[in-house]
Amino acid sequence: MSLAQKYAREVQLILAKYPADQKRSAVMPLLYLAQREEGYITRAAMEEIAGLLEMTATEVAAIVGFYTLYHDRKEGKYRMQVCTDLPCALRGADKFIESLCSNLGIRVGETTPDGLITIEAVMCLAACDRAPMFQVQSADGLEYHEDMTVDKTMELIRALGRETKEPAR
Amino acid sequence: MSHVLLRHRDIADIDRLEVYRQNRGFEAFRNAVASMKPSDVTKVVKDSGLRGRGGAGFPTGMKWAFMDDKSWPHYVVANADESEPGTFKDREIMERNPFQFLEGVALASYAVGAKLAYVYLRGEFWQLAARLDQKLAEMQAAGLLGDKLFGRGYSLRIHTHLGAGAYICGEETAMLESLEGKRGQPRVRPPFPPAVGLYGKPTVVNNVETLTNVPLILLNGPDWYKSMGTPDSAGVKVFSVSGRVRKPGNYELPFGTTFRQLIYEHAGGVQDGRPVKAIMPAGASSSLILVDDKALDTPMDYASVRTLNSDLGSASVIVIDDSVSIEWVIKKTIDFFQHESCGKCTPCREGTFWMRSLIERPAAGRTSVPVDMLLGVARQMQGKCLCALGEFATMAVVTGIERFPADFQPVAAPRQVVEAGR
Repeated sequence: MSLAQKYAREVQLILAKYPADQKRSAVMPLLYLAQREEGYITRAAMEEIAGLLEMTATEVAAIVGFYTLYHDRKEGKYRMQVCTDLPCALRGADKFIESLCSNLGIRVGETTPDGLITIEAVMCLAACDRAPMFQVQSADGLEYHEDMTVDKTMELIRALGRETKEPAR
Repeated sequence: MSHVLLRHRDIADIDRLEVYRQNRGFEAFRNAVASMKPSDVTKVVKDSGLRGRGGAGFPTGMKWAFMDDKSWPHYVVANADESEPGTFKDREIMERNPFQFLEGVALASYAVGAKLAYVYLRGEFWQLAARLDQKLAEMQAAGLLGDKLFGRGYSLRIHTHLGAGAYICGEETAMLESLEGKRGQPRVRPPFPPAVGLYGKPTVVNNVETLTNVPLILLNGPDWYKSMGTPDSAGVKVFSVSGRVRKPGNYELPFGTTFRQLIYEHAGGVQDGRPVKAIMPAGASSSLILVDDKALDTPMDYASVRTLNSDLGSASVIVIDDSVSIEWVIKKTIDFFQHESCGKCTPCREGTFWMRSLIERPAAGRTSVPVDMLLGVARQMQGKCLCALGEFATMAVVTGIERFPADFQPVAAPRQVVEAGR
């Protein structure tokens, strides 16, 4: 089903934010909507958005490529994006991501074999006073986790795994 | 002293509309729309001496007065892209005292005749954007946004717009490109946004903290505001303190507070009681300050920090103690800018790449960083890029090497870069 059919009301609300002759401004919020489906943006969704906004699919793909929070490939269900920038690193972020990865048996940028978690090192997330910290990006959006330890993080990963096995609905 | 910006620390639940209104919330906006000319609002802000809090320190009222009155419509864009490593003040303001910020957006919009304003948030502020959307809906329901406000002819709408992870979008013209649905790459300036901005129309872009000052300036007057801070830098500032201090966090203090007071009286001093070696007062974009007693006793205002050959910028104070190698520090800043360079200008795109490959040589098994070559690349970038990112990328590199030469001494054998942290 197309985005315009499935999310008709949301698409309308997004378009209403911008002047009628500036539809292209809606490309970023529409891409977030598309990403909600699979956790990444499919070629078909890019083409649909291009059609809605009178852009070319190449122009839409260029937006996906430029911004780090849009993805065009499937990775782990949850992307754990750990800030390793200077202020966080001064508070132990490099050691944190290293031991987290060794606990999971993967390297930075890789996904656990069950497809649950991808670990990524990212740039500053505006939480320098609460390092080590990371955000979890999934199809549902973004969530911050601050003042973290490896133990707390492993506990969170176990909880996310349980949620995935028994969907709460 | 009670807070001007972080008022949630004095008043519980000020993030609720009725509590904010009980504390004179939206009085300034109502007064302005009901009984002031837009140009009078601009004059009050001009007289207060308020300067932009995003880093550049440009006088806010003067920026508003630059709006081209022959070209319409006008727009206001609040810069909530907060992405400088070490900065986390706008997030606290928007999370905890959102209505004061939004009233600031409304006042700026009235002052420049904008009927449409956007809050451009970095994509990582996903949850915060959803909360602000709720607050905006409450304002609309309470008659504080919408058509013919307070029985007058003025109409205003404010919308949030989420970025998607790009430091460069904090640069105002890149932000406008992004808001127009393009890649966030800076424009050639001039023309500046007050002449040609969003959709080619006059636009004011102001930082969140800047705008959050405006309601109380209107309520209490410019003289009240100028009674705080220094003649050069009026008012209060939220200092984000990070790095090796015991109590990192945001501290709202008058301009002119010294580094020593900030670090030792407010942020609890340095971890393990070690001495401060270097300070980065403006996040990763800083010129590194070599710390001695004179530096610690320097007042934090725009002019005084310049006497230390640095800049106050957004006042994101990263504290570095003597256990940390400056070579490692600049490796971190180079990594950051190499990742965040938008790729438009060749000196920045290529220069940050080469700086990274040079600083990584020791990790690749070579003996040391080729300091002269690194300095050469940095100097060739300076003054050659459209926006400040290319410049910022070189600040810590050049000042780190010049001011901390001992940290870059060649060693006989391959070594590992010393890493900080626990």
